[in-house]
Amino acid sequence: MNLRLIALMLTAALPAPLAAQQITPAPLAPQAATSPPDEGLTGSVSDDSAWRDLGIDIPAFATEQDKPTPASAGGTAALGNAIAEVITADLRNNGLFKPVGPSALPPVAYPQVPAPDFPAWAGRGAEMLVHGSVNADAAGQLAVDCRLYDVALKQQLVAAQWSFAPADWRRAAHKCADKIYARLSGESPFFDSRIAYIAETGPKDHRMKRLAIMDSDGANHRFITTGQAMALTPRYSPDYKSIVYLSYLNGYPRIFVYDTVRNSQRLVTESRNPTFAPRWSPDGKWILYSMAVGGNTNIYRVSAAGGEPQQLTQTPGINVGGSYSPDGTKIVFESDRSGSQQVYVMNADGSGQRRISFFGGRAATPEWSPRGDLIAFTHIAGDLRIAVMSPEGGGLRYLTNSWQDEAPTWAPNGRIVQFFRTEANSGKTSLWQVDLTGRNERRLPTPVDGSDPAWGPVLP
Amino acid sequence: MSHPIRFTALALAMALVAGCASKAPKELPPEPGPAVSTTTPQPTLQGPVPGSQADFQATMMGKDTIYFDTDKYNIDEADAAALRTQAGWLARYPAKRATVEGHADERGTRDYNLALGQRRANAAKDYLVSLGIDAARLSTISYGKERPVALGSNEEAWAKNRRAVTVTID
Repeated sequence: MNLRLIALMLTAALPAPLAAQQITPAPLAPQAATSPPDEGLTGSVSDDSAWRDLGIDIPAFATEQDKPTPASAGGTAALGNAIAEVITADLRNNGLFKPVGPSALPPVAYPQVPAPDFPAWAGRGAEMLVHGSVNADAAGQLAVDCRLYDVALKQQLVAAQWSFAPADWRRAAHKCADKIYARLSGESPFFDSRIAYIAETGPKDHRMKRLAIMDSDGANHRFITTGQAMALTPRYSPDYKSIVYLSYLNGYPRIFVYDTVRNSQRLVTESRNPTFAPRWSPDGKWILYSMAVGGNTNIYRVSAAGGEPQQLTQTPGINVGGSYSPDGTKIVFESDRSGSQQVYVMNADGSGQRRISFFGGRAATPEWSPRGDLIAFTHIAGDLRIAVMSPEGGGLRYLTNSWQDEAPTWAPNGRIVQFFRTEANSGKTSLWQVDLTGRNERRLPTPVDGSDPAWGPVLP
Repeated sequence: MSHPIRFTALALAMALVAGCASKAPKELPPEPGPAVSTTTPQPTLQGPVPGSQADFQATMMGKDTIYFDTDKYNIDEADAAALRTQAGWLARYPAKRATVEGHADERGTRDYNLALGQRRANAAKDYLVSLGIDAARLSTISYGKERPVALGSNEEAWAKNRRAVTVTID
């Protein structure tokens, strides 16, 4: 027993040093994706196999004059290399492209950024070419230029400039990757966004669960809560200024709104009953939550500014969760009123409730795609798998095939689904992303175990 | 003459009881810190303080916990027997309050399991109330699937984790 206790203390001591190392995590090498068999494409899947072979060369961003910058110990020249590395990792990790990063490419002279040496790059076999520059002005502000060229056509496809504070240099790289991704895929961008999730440490029977946030690629990781009270199921507000989440602060499960600017928090609603499963409306004006009264759980909504909650479901049993359609007029949620967990849709005022999932097994944690065309959910039939269906309940399609995958959350562009995976026996959890074909699955780097990911929108 | 030896044996037995008690996960406070207090008072030579949580546990001999089938929350015959035993103790100590903790196994989604644990805790509470225990003495809390006692990923472990545990408040 003493040994177990020591092991427990050791485990509990682990997160701090790990967290310290997490300031700029190296992007993970592409995972050998053990993809499930292809379940067939639908019209909403835009992944063309042709794109998968598209080579993109991303040499280091040039700098006119190598100047010191707080963004990099090596000055703006080293920062130019780091920016190209971040872009390379972004584009590699979504399975559409074959990017080649700066470590394998010759440097670009500053004057060549707007006028590439096309024959030389064609000779290397590049199809797409990224050039860019980064310069620090007198005040230290970073000016970043990002360009995409079609080598064969000798044509410029993207030209964009941003100004960022040194601390936000990775955002410049994500913005550039977003431009390239959007131009080549025809999809909306998503790299310049953030993720809230639950960081987990410790043994299965005494797991510490803390609220944490990070960039979409795992960088700029930060723990928000200490772990003294168990935290679960966070959701970023659309403006990133707040996070709603469940906390067992003072021993009882209730929903708090955490203010990411002031680092303070408040209760969503004063109630002696347990409240959980919080969600935002797309405009950030409403918070959905579930409340158990006696043995029954129902869904409520309350103005994010506070006020009197309104009960949306009134059936005996468990009605829980909820996710708004992108236009805010409908809510998809789960209910066991039919005898087992199934997915239902209702109008935003609670009227017109109807079941939409009619396949075998149980269907849980529905999340409406930001594009409106699909609902991601957890399908439970022995194992738990991530699946999508249409808002009418048709076209069930599995995206993952593992022992326990749950709690899907959409990338801001509705093209990638993030979820968490639990290992049998150990109970260890990890964050994963999968694209809509189900073929490109990868693990998101986190300093400790992770669950309940929630993806916020693209930053302005 | 034999007193010192008897004394040592008794102290050892007490230490063992205390040790085992603190090992049981349901005995752990919900969170480190100022959460619900379910600490065990120091046992005396006479055994657990009558009316304490330690006494409740020692008297229940496992009947402080009832078990449920997958996705179910009904009180079966074995549950009813255990709850009658609990009610007997609670009737003996009318000043004591108790919390019923509801739990689910790991094979479900997090939000739903929180609701399911609440439903199970509530079912146990309702039954205790039907046996004459004042509802004001009983509170409920759900930990969903977050606090397993059996750590395997198999039917046997899941059956042990689908439970409602009554913890008296010292």
